[in-house]
Amino acid sequence: MADDNKIKPASVFMAGIWKENPVLILLLGMCPTLAVTAAVKPALTMGISATFVLLCSNIVVSLLRDLLKPHVRILMFTLTIATFVTIADLFLKAFMPDMSDELGPYIPLIIVNCIIICRAEACASKNGLKISIVDALGMGIGFTLTLCFLAAIREVLSTGNLFGKAVMPESFVPWAAMGMPVGAFVTLGLMLAGVTIILKKKS
Amino acid sequence: MDTLQTLIIGFLSVVIVNNLVFTKFLGICPYLGVSGRIDMAFGMGCAVTFVVTLAGTLTWLIDHLILQKVGLEVLMYVCFILVIAGAVQLVEMYVKKFFPPLYESFGIFLPLITTNCAILGLCLFLNLWEIDSFIEAVVLSFGAGIGFTMAICIMAGIRENLRLADVPDALQGAPITLITAGILSMAFMGFAGMIG
Repeated sequence: MADDNKIKPASVFMAGIWKENPVLILLLGMCPTLAVTAAVKPALTMGISATFVLLCSNIVVSLLRDLLKPHVRILMFTLTIATFVTIADLFLKAFMPDMSDELGPYIPLIIVNCIIICRAEACASKNGLKISIVDALGMGIGFTLTLCFLAAIREVLSTGNLFGKAVMPESFVPWAAMGMPVGAFVTLGLMLAGVTIILKKKS
Repeated sequence: MDTLQTLIIGFLSVVIVNNLVFTKFLGICPYLGVSGRIDMAFGMGCAVTFVVTLAGTLTWLIDHLILQKVGLEVLMYVCFILVIAGAVQLVEMYVKKFFPPLYESFGIFLPLITTNCAILGLCLFLNLWEIDSFIEAVVLSFGAGIGFTMAICIMAGIRENLRLADVPDALQGAPITLITAGILSMAFMGFAGMIG
């Protein structure tokens, strides 16, 4: 694993969280980002499930990378991911049935989450096991944090609660629109604008 | 007449009220990527409509005739994604053979339809809504494609005008597109009470 020595695992990990944050910088995986962020709990569940699938698929793809033929590799990635998503889905159905009902089809939709295919293609099919695992963890945690941040803003503004507990004063009037699709689109748009401003200030 | 009425209402509801892009957040990636020019957007919409109709019909058949009969629902996701990948491959070969110029202009976006969440999403929703009649499944799949085409074309039209507008620096690009989509989705919320 000569290539493992060139790239520092720590920098790969940090890149996933901020510099190459999948949602805020690469604009990948928009569907779950927008769909499950009405409250923090489903967002956290979604983030952890996606991280699990990403980690497993990166490990498998990285181990298989010398055997993959170029023209069938995307199909192989998708099948690997679909298998692990089925595992995650069955796990949620068995141990967290309420959460599974709430997330509905968005758990199986992790299969077509661009983040996972993108990491399999860009990282795991070129790098060794160690880098792939670190990359998956960094990207997964970056994704989860972004989801939770967005969900926290929306949940507080739309219901006045956080994790189901009241955090706003009683006189607070909930903004119903924040819990609807329009809230998701506008909040994410403003978050991206904020990231643009921060990046410009830095450079 | 009852069935015809159900079909028309189902079609309208999936195009307008339950529009995949605005209410279910499906297919956002191509929606942000391709909606720069209206002709490209329309071509993309047509390709997606074709694939989603084909994939929706095939997955419904597989789900009802094979998987549910033998109790293999566990394999549902793997089967669905295989069918979709196959359908996209078919479209790609067909377009390449009969419309070479169109094939060139699509480039990478054609194979990427496989990972368009709108398609897998619709197949899963057909399963979730427990659609029992074959014709209804076909009509709903087609309606979902039309809804996607409509959303992406409206967006492309707005973005062509947006180029002339004075957008603040920080909002350039993706942020303003998302905010526009938010306002559009608010407009589509007005249809929500139309079909119960």
